[in-house]
Amino acid sequence: MADRKPLYLMSPALAWLTAFMVVPCLLVLALAFFRRGIYGGIEYTFTFETIALVFDPLYASIFLKSAVIAGLAGLIASVIGYAAAYAIASMPARHQPMLLFFAVLPFWSNYLVRTYAWIVLLNREGLITAIARGLGYDGELPRLLYTESAVVVGLVYNYLPFVILACYAPLSRLNPEIAEASRDLGGSAWTTFRRITLPMTAPGIATGFVFVFVLSIGNFVTPALLGGGQFQMIGNLVYAQFLTANDWPFGAALSMVLIAIMMGLLTLQTFVTERASGARARET
Amino acid sequence: MLKQTVAACALLGAAGAALMPSTAQAEALVISNWDGYMAPDAVDSFNSATDNEAELVLHATNEEIMGKLIASKGKGYDVVFVSSPFAEVLHNLGLAEELDHDKLPNLANLYPEAQELKHDPGNAFSVPYAWGTTGLCYRSDLVEGEPDSWMVLLDPSDDLSGKTTMLATDRWLLAAGQLAKGYSVNETDPAKMEEVRDLLIDAKKTLLAYDDTTFYAKLVSGEAELVQAWDGWCNYGIAENGDIKYVVPEEGSDLWVDTMVILKNAENKEAAYEFVNFMLDPKNHGWAAENILYKVPNKPAMEGLPDDLLATYPNMTMSPEELLEFEQLRDVGESQRAYSRIVSEIKAAN
Repeated sequence: MADRKPLYLMSPALAWLTAFMVVPCLLVLALAFFRRGIYGGIEYTFTFETIALVFDPLYASIFLKSAVIAGLAGLIASVIGYAAAYAIASMPARHQPMLLFFAVLPFWSNYLVRTYAWIVLLNREGLITAIARGLGYDGELPRLLYTESAVVVGLVYNYLPFVILACYAPLSRLNPEIAEASRDLGGSAWTTFRRITLPMTAPGIATGFVFVFVLSIGNFVTPALLGGGQFQMIGNLVYAQFLTANDWPFGAALSMVLIAIMMGLLTLQTFVTERASGARARET
Repeated sequence: MLKQTVAACALLGAAGAALMPSTAQAEALVISNWDGYMAPDAVDSFNSATDNEAELVLHATNEEIMGKLIASKGKGYDVVFVSSPFAEVLHNLGLAEELDHDKLPNLANLYPEAQELKHDPGNAFSVPYAWGTTGLCYRSDLVEGEPDSWMVLLDPSDDLSGKTTMLATDRWLLAAGQLAKGYSVNETDPAKMEEVRDLLIDAKKTLLAYDDTTFYAKLVSGEAELVQAWDGWCNYGIAENGDIKYVVPEEGSDLWVDTMVILKNAENKEAAYEFVNFMLDPKNHGWAAENILYKVPNKPAMEGLPDDLLATYPNMTMSPEELLEFEQLRDVGESQRAYSRIVSEIKAAN
């Protein structure tokens, strides 16, 4: 007879997820097949019209735009995060826990507070301007806040720790003897990094990138605050459907497509990671 | 009943305590209002004056409370504060009580103009609580001359470009374009709305930001110099910086009206009437004018305002006749979808 203990242990978590995640998600999914009544509310006639509207060029372009911003944030965060993780992993082992602690320290404060801090920094009468003025520069400064770049900066800043942690794990597990072997065989530092370290830690980068991408594409706080409401991402559009346009069915349809995209990416990322670790298992 | 509830709570412990508020809601008069939109002690003084147990809940936006009311068919609330187009929707959905004027003797305090508003002539289902205009709020020390047209905002001079904000809420964002084009703030003709959209997309390129909540702070800091604003909120800026001024552009404004609505499904109708009547008392209604700096449609309340307040905030002196020159935002029914889409197009434009 199979050991049932895992099942019992898992059941509270499963019940929790079913009640508070699966069921609500199914309800939202169901909403997507109705349409908004004239005065808001929901008209319970089955229709594909609401879902079809998501693929209208206007909304598709907002999806695309969000994907570009999220992709950019993911890319920048991956480069900066990988470098930081590499540096931390190369430090003496006794310093590493503290450095990692500093990397996740910002998570101790509220997301909104962290985002507002950027407004204080970047606004026209803000800290950066004050410093530039203090240094004697009195020309016109380029606008920093309420731009697309400010949105990307905010996303990178907020999600960077995820990449650092995701990349640190494989980097710290890397057997230093493999790199030594490469050097002994005449590989330059760059070749060793490119042919050995990078491929072996690529799953970490993929995980970090997907994390940042998935969290960014659905984000609505950062574009609203740092973009000054001028850059609509898909999260803002969903928010607007539920809270201002009172078009719950359309909001539901948008959310479902967004969730589908995220699930596709997460599946792909799991697949990539699995394959990479499978390949490594065969090598050793 | 209360004893039973208490006993049940004791039995159920923490879980019961968490459910308690919803049990209480069914018994006490429930009023939903925006935060800070009436005297902090209004509900307490109502309770002690009338021996009621009213409870105040807050909503951040019209849309938020509308979502709840539509979902619950108006159950769980007795009196709600909403802007007039939403009061209209509640009426059209059959959720608003047909008001019995005999129970609201203080309606007599309203200006005659406030009793014949377009969305609800004769106050059949809504009682106006505050009203005003949407115009331009600006730093007179930084902006040259008086910005007398919506086009100063929508097509700003080079000096002003990048230093303006507009309201982000669909209807008011569109209203700026509709008024600038000389159209109704309830215009639904697709060709005309396309013109409005194009104008607002061009205007977007010159904006600092869309901002519904902190625009007056941006004016005070000098980050923005000219913003689209509700008159009452511009007054908050004026309170902090005397150089801030408010003007209604020559193309006009909308007339916004925030109202009190009693729900048809209210469980405490008598108390709900008492509350609305209590708020119409010149002393209580005057508090709103004096402290939140919004005009109220209550004649004795407005007449009781101190002169220095009116001198500091000149837009408080706007008469009901002047206000009535402007068109109210009305519910646009099916066209709301088109409005939402146009706003999405504007916000998605580069």
